[in-house]
Amino acid sequence: MDWMDYIVAAPEIVLLGLICLVLIADLYTDDDHRVRTFRISILALVLMLLVLDGSGSATRTVIFSGSYVSDPLSQLLKMAAVVFVGVTFLYSRDYLRSNDIHKGEFYLIGLIGLLGMMIMMSANSMLTMYLGLETLALSLYALVAIDRNNVTSAEAAMKYFVLGAIASGCLLYGISWVYGVTGSLQFHEIAAAVRMDPSLNSLPLWFGLAFLIVGIAFKFGAVPFHMWLPDVYQGARTPVTLYIASAPKLAALALFLRILSDGLGGLHETWSGMILVIAVLSLLVGNFVAIAQSNIKRMLGYSTIAHVGFILLALFCGTEQGNAAALFYTLTYVVAAAGAFGMIILLSRRGYDAENLVDFKGLNARSPWFALMMMFLMFSMAGVPPFVGFFAKLNVISAVIDSGYTALAVLMVLASVVGAYYYLRVIWYMYFEEAEDKAVLQAGTDTRLVLSLNSVAVLALGIVPGWLMALCIQILG
Amino acid sequence: MELSQHLLSILIWLPIVGGGALIAIGDEGDAASSRASLMRVVALLVSVTTFLFSVGLYVGFDNAMSGMQFIEKQPWVGSLNVFYSLGVDGISTPLILLTTFITPLVVVAGWNTITDRPAQYFAAFLILEGLMVGVFSALDALLFYVFWEAMLIPMFLIIGIWGGKRRVYATLKFFLYTFLGSVLMLVAFIYLYGQTGSFDLFGFMAAPLSMSAQKFIFIAFLLAFAVKVPMWPVHTWLPDAHVEAPTGGSVILAAIMLKMGGYGFVRLSLPIVPDGSEYFANMMIALSLIAVVYIGFVALMQKDMKKLIAYSSIAHMGFVTLGFFILWSVSGSAGAGLGMTGGMVQMISHGLISGAMFLCVGVLYDRVHSREIADYGGVANTMPVFAAFMVLFAMANAGLPGTSGFVGEFMVIIASFKANFWYAFLAATTLILGAAYTLWMVKRVVYGEVANENVAALKDLNAREFIVLAILAGSVLLLGIWPAPLVDMMNSTIDQLIQQVGQSKL
Repeated sequence: MDWMDYIVAAPEIVLLGLICLVLIADLYTDDDHRVRTFRISILALVLMLLVLDGSGSATRTVIFSGSYVSDPLSQLLKMAAVVFVGVTFLYSRDYLRSNDIHKGEFYLIGLIGLLGMMIMMSANSMLTMYLGLETLALSLYALVAIDRNNVTSAEAAMKYFVLGAIASGCLLYGISWVYGVTGSLQFHEIAAAVRMDPSLNSLPLWFGLAFLIVGIAFKFGAVPFHMWLPDVYQGARTPVTLYIASAPKLAALALFLRILSDGLGGLHETWSGMILVIAVLSLLVGNFVAIAQSNIKRMLGYSTIAHVGFILLALFCGTEQGNAAALFYTLTYVVAAAGAFGMIILLSRRGYDAENLVDFKGLNARSPWFALMMMFLMFSMAGVPPFVGFFAKLNVISAVIDSGYTALAVLMVLASVVGAYYYLRVIWYMYFEEAEDKAVLQAGTDTRLVLSLNSVAVLALGIVPGWLMALCIQILG
Repeated sequence: MELSQHLLSILIWLPIVGGGALIAIGDEGDAASSRASLMRVVALLVSVTTFLFSVGLYVGFDNAMSGMQFIEKQPWVGSLNVFYSLGVDGISTPLILLTTFITPLVVVAGWNTITDRPAQYFAAFLILEGLMVGVFSALDALLFYVFWEAMLIPMFLIIGIWGGKRRVYATLKFFLYTFLGSVLMLVAFIYLYGQTGSFDLFGFMAAPLSMSAQKFIFIAFLLAFAVKVPMWPVHTWLPDAHVEAPTGGSVILAAIMLKMGGYGFVRLSLPIVPDGSEYFANMMIALSLIAVVYIGFVALMQKDMKKLIAYSSIAHMGFVTLGFFILWSVSGSAGAGLGMTGGMVQMISHGLISGAMFLCVGVLYDRVHSREIADYGGVANTMPVFAAFMVLFAMANAGLPGTSGFVGEFMVIIASFKANFWYAFLAATTLILGAAYTLWMVKRVVYGEVANENVAALKDLNAREFIVLAILAGSVLLLGIWPAPLVDMMNSTIDQLIQQVGQSKL
């Protein structure tokens, strides 16, 4: 083993060191000064950005006997994950403090989850992937339960844990079948094995593949493995929902791209059918059920399922164009989702969660600026131009039509019209109704600034989407 | 000259930036505060400046040229080969002028009547203006689509925030209906992008397409444009939206947004899928005639003034689509040109007349807070000046010679005579029906004895209202007596379009 390997893997190693540092620093901090942990965590994330920037390479480097890969894709996803974990911490600080759950563990577990995500993004073997996935999943279970006196949080955590464990089991079982058939755990070797011996492309491998897809679909929250998602989104405290809704989606994308595109790309014909069913069901169930929700966290949960449908449809194409579209969609969706949950946190205050749709009534009278920001986010999620969500959908639809599925594209746009309704309802409540709650918004200047930047970004990226699209195509091309 | 190279961009971005500035400064204090007055003045200044720039468009426009003028082209989204590409011809220039002409009038009309959040109100109209000019000048399909959809956002808010009692229902219906219509157009655009490799509209026009592809694309376009026009049977959002919208919203909706549908047919459907258009032309003629006759009868029975004008808009827009799609039934390009020109003139003229009619209803509504015909009667006794305007616009709406309403309808009827006697016969019923529903409404509202105390207490037009209505009355008469400048502007473009449509793409 070469010492150069450690430089390539520096991001994860440094992050692990920083986590230990945060853990120790937090020990010496009492509850009144917990904001120190927050500051150290943010500093750690800034440092991570620098390390990532320094360690990145334009080429693909495989190290640690083929179990770890560093390429432009992992570089971009990791940077985005670091940024969104940082944004999550920033939005959450005031909420946690005012609700007496400002514990160091939030930041600590958040960073450990980030480590898991980064391992997933750089995984080049099934076991590395599984390791990262479990690190992330266990962090998420713990985060959901962070307010342990809260019954709904505890229930959500339990549900998440039990279902998540089953999904992990499925994934592991699938991995063992794939290993058994191809004789390798590393994605490039699996791909080579399938290419060399087409006879492997038969029932035993498909059997394992089906279990892999169950695991992946669960992590995405795709129908019919979506049952945990609305409950967890609703049950978790809003900062935790924000955490789950943002960066882990990037890790899920990495999970898909690494396993199904890098490893089992040769089986595209087999898995694309399964993905198609899952994606279309997600699109329809997510959009239709979201209409019936009155809890905005739950509504955004179902809307996530619908967005996952779009991402999976892009991946379903199996083309470079489709993968690039999925990457662009996921990145921009995470921007909008972080903003939307940030808005819910902004409207909440001590002992009061603005988690119902009616809590947004009359926001235009209370704060015209943040009503405008929320409107940007909602129109972006609905896919209305000139917001970036439109270009994300456009890329996916374009990839689907290029692959020859015009009828599917029609179904996708029609589902978007259904989806538009519940996003419009938020705008309707904000703009067309009188405020029931006239409390002044409490949030620090830094939170307000970042939330505004986050929301303006969906407009700015919609007006100049070209560079990010080009970047996605370059990375996956 | 530097300016003329960016004139269209100025017309688009000046109002949008102005509107953004209004939002950024925001509302504070009540409508009588100095902040609110400042907002109004800024809004008026921006819209008038935009209009003055658009005069430059009129002056610099070369009638002899059939192609695009004032062209701007910049790369926008490189990986999708999308360009920020603008240009105007004889079809889009009159519509842009109409847009920049109507918007200041709407700003003035909303001057004191909007007391709730005036900055947001004026900002919405300014942004809407920029986006509408964008729709009329975009030469790249994706840019067109972005403007087309983005336009829904300000109108959604205008109806929803400042509308009447059932505003939420009306505005959601408006948004979802038009959104549903438009998304399939997007699919068609992406399909064409796959065929040609770019979103350039001229590339779309040049691309050969099979008959079945043309049929599908035509249907996709039809859904988008028919909802916008609106054509029977997808017109049902319009009466709701019109009734609930504030006066300014109704004016913009009737005067300009409905024209988007007609514009879409001429700019996209006819040149991109000529054979598909020919295939469906008879269906389009039938739908247009149903709109003219059936909706005319529906208008007759309305009790609400705004609803009546809304239905009359649908009937009048039926003439526009009739004029466009009669192309293949008429022998000789002169007749085809007549139908097409008639449709275009009708769009401009209807923009002025329907806008004016909605403003008249707005004047009454501001005083009595009712749109019911039954709540009025004998308005002429207390508001003689207003009554004169209202009667003039009603006559124009009924297509009286000497007003702009006559010119377009007459051209279309002549063209349909050349096609088929029965088309012309049915189309001509509008002269009777239009006169019946409009003049009957005027009779019940304006003439007769003073009906009740509300009417007795009415005050005549103030200077602000007078100026707005007088400007509109002047333009309706001017176009009625001397339509030549408008027709001259469109002629060479329409000739070229007809030639283009005549060439099969199979």
